[in-house]
Amino acid sequence: MENRPLEYDYTVAKMFMLTTIVLGIVGMSIGVFIAFELAYPGLNTIFGKTIAEYTAFGRLRPLHTDSVAFGFTVSGIFATWFYVGQRVLKVSMAESKFLMFIGKLQFWLYVAGVAAAVVSLFMGYTSSKEYAEFEWPIDIAIVVVWVLWGVSIFGLIGIRREKSLYISIWYYIATFLGVAMLYLFNNMEVPTMLATSPIGETGIGSWMHSVSMYAGTNDALVQWWYGHNAVAFVFTVPIIAMIYYFLPKESGQAIYSYKLSLLSFWGLMFVYLWAGGHHLLYSTVPDWVQTMGSIFSIVLILPSWGSAINMLLTMKGEWQQVAASPLIKFMVLASTFYMFSTLEGPIQAIKSVNAIAHFTNWIPGHVHDGTLGWVGFMIIASLFHMAPRVFKRELYSKGLMAAQFWIQTLGIVLYFTSMWISGITQGMMWRAHDEFGNLAYSFMDTVNVLHPYYALRGLGGIFYLTGFLMFAYNIYKTMSARPVEESELQNASPMGA
Amino acid sequence: MFHWLEKHPFLFSVGVFLTIAFAGLVEIVPNFAQAARPTIGTKPYTLLQLAGRDVYIKNSCNSCHSQLIRPFKAETDRYGHYSLSGEYAYDRPFLWGSERTGPDLHRIGNYRTTQWHENHMMDPAKIVQGSIMPAYPWLFKNKADINTAYAEQLTDAEFFAVPYNKPVPLKDGKTTIIPMAKSIATAHAMALKEAQAVVKDMHNQNVKDAVAKGDIPEIVALIAYLNSLK
Repeated sequence: MENRPLEYDYTVAKMFMLTTIVLGIVGMSIGVFIAFELAYPGLNTIFGKTIAEYTAFGRLRPLHTDSVAFGFTVSGIFATWFYVGQRVLKVSMAESKFLMFIGKLQFWLYVAGVAAAVVSLFMGYTSSKEYAEFEWPIDIAIVVVWVLWGVSIFGLIGIRREKSLYISIWYYIATFLGVAMLYLFNNMEVPTMLATSPIGETGIGSWMHSVSMYAGTNDALVQWWYGHNAVAFVFTVPIIAMIYYFLPKESGQAIYSYKLSLLSFWGLMFVYLWAGGHHLLYSTVPDWVQTMGSIFSIVLILPSWGSAINMLLTMKGEWQQVAASPLIKFMVLASTFYMFSTLEGPIQAIKSVNAIAHFTNWIPGHVHDGTLGWVGFMIIASLFHMAPRVFKRELYSKGLMAAQFWIQTLGIVLYFTSMWISGITQGMMWRAHDEFGNLAYSFMDTVNVLHPYYALRGLGGIFYLTGFLMFAYNIYKTMSARPVEESELQNASPMGA
Repeated sequence: MFHWLEKHPFLFSVGVFLTIAFAGLVEIVPNFAQAARPTIGTKPYTLLQLAGRDVYIKNSCNSCHSQLIRPFKAETDRYGHYSLSGEYAYDRPFLWGSERTGPDLHRIGNYRTTQWHENHMMDPAKIVQGSIMPAYPWLFKNKADINTAYAEQLTDAEFFAVPYNKPVPLKDGKTTIIPMAKSIATAHAMALKEAQAVVKDMHNQNVKDAVAKGDIPEIVALIAYLNSLK
């Protein structure tokens, strides 16, 4: 082999970068809109009373969660895989026509799936299960996309030059396997069109309808085994894959500890799946499952913090980079938010705390400091690092990037502080009794008091969305307006003023 | 060992899969049969109730309302007896929800009437001052999907042994039978009969006219479902 760096083919990575940004804007905009619907009810009629059905909170909520989770985040996972995978396995997609074809096929099927999902959710076709709302035909499409991704992963691994799998690859493999298992089992359903009436009529009713294989308590248990671990294998595992690659690359620092990464990886794999039970505390699932959920949630702090500390210590001796580079800022704050929400989650999983926290706004508060701070920031940082390399151009503006960082950080802080206060207020007011043992507050008392927090949360969302639009603009200008880089870029991403 | 594993992607993947699959097996399998058993007195949904449940799901009511009363004094004071596992035996899917932006609905049938729901769905803030629930006027126009609800009943009976047309034990020791139609045509007649019983207590003329004509607006099915939650 010649002694020069390999050239990689980023065609598919670029395609998924585009959907990451577009679906991010869509999902976050819907999020901001429904946040304000809670602060200002009646907002769903703003686009006209005739379409108010399609803009009501209930109809849009799954669209928000699914477009940020399966749109923005999953696109980000795919985009980074098609970048990172080649580079750490030391093999180019261009070397295999087959893998290139599979990658493109995966992209177009994914786009078709997204379109079908958006339309069907707007029309109210939903299985009602959180983050698994899609009806069965879309589920099948998702499985196909996922299998194609598996072919890409293992195909590329099959023709790799670097024999040893880098840490990021472990996490991508785990993402693939974990989501496959969870998604399949949680979406076991029987399409109602398969039913036959006693006199022999078939194909009755809507074909976009199905019945869950599990009922009641079992359905809840399977759903939260899925729901919690969708968080694990979409919002945690692949994001760790990203930070293990992009932070050392951008900072030029080696990973602090291989042993710590081993411990965190296998620890996370073993422990995470147990913790689903913490969504069902004081429900009708067996007590021992609840207790296991609670205990393992606490144990989960260890592998989570293991990864986060490994990342922060990677910056040891190089902390001046945090001040100098907004890109490093994104990544360091992302791992900090990861530590923060993996401490907050276990606290909420303690039974006595959960008694107050469950069903309140503290839960979306927790979800969002993880997703906005950790997932969002890490995907943004990854795309910023990738842009100059895939487009061979300097990043458009460092100033804009720094401004985006601060605006979005402020947005996150507004979001979680308002949701903490409102969540704990709700929880305390629901359970308060007066001196005669009667309930101290009506349900409406607890709704009225939340208005300012709902408004503040919406404002936080606007800040975050604004920052995201700045990000989109910065990437767009990078693609179109910057001078072309001559040589293969090493560490820190070059950026304009 | 780990260095070796990292050079063998297949075995590495097998190892990861076993590690992650373990917890699910241990947590879900042991109590599965027990948790699927209905409590005495829990009945399968009638056709119109099931159609109403589909309306509930279509509008994602479960994103703001829970159906799970936890065993705390504050909750039993507010919503009634805490929820029991077997009460959900015919709930496919379960609708516990994860947020209480609005109050719990698991026993709403005990303390709200048809007329209350009718007025409330049309304009919640008028009935409950300060309510942040949106108005649902389209429920009064859209037709409930009886065909799909019927197909759902058939699926329940065929694949999951839900006891339609079979005696279901009640709390007082007697039994009752929840009927399931033999054909689409009889299913419609059955749903309409249920709808007529609900509409008797409603005052919206358009809804009354629709039912008189043989149509069933979504609101009628939804109220039938909400009234069944006890």
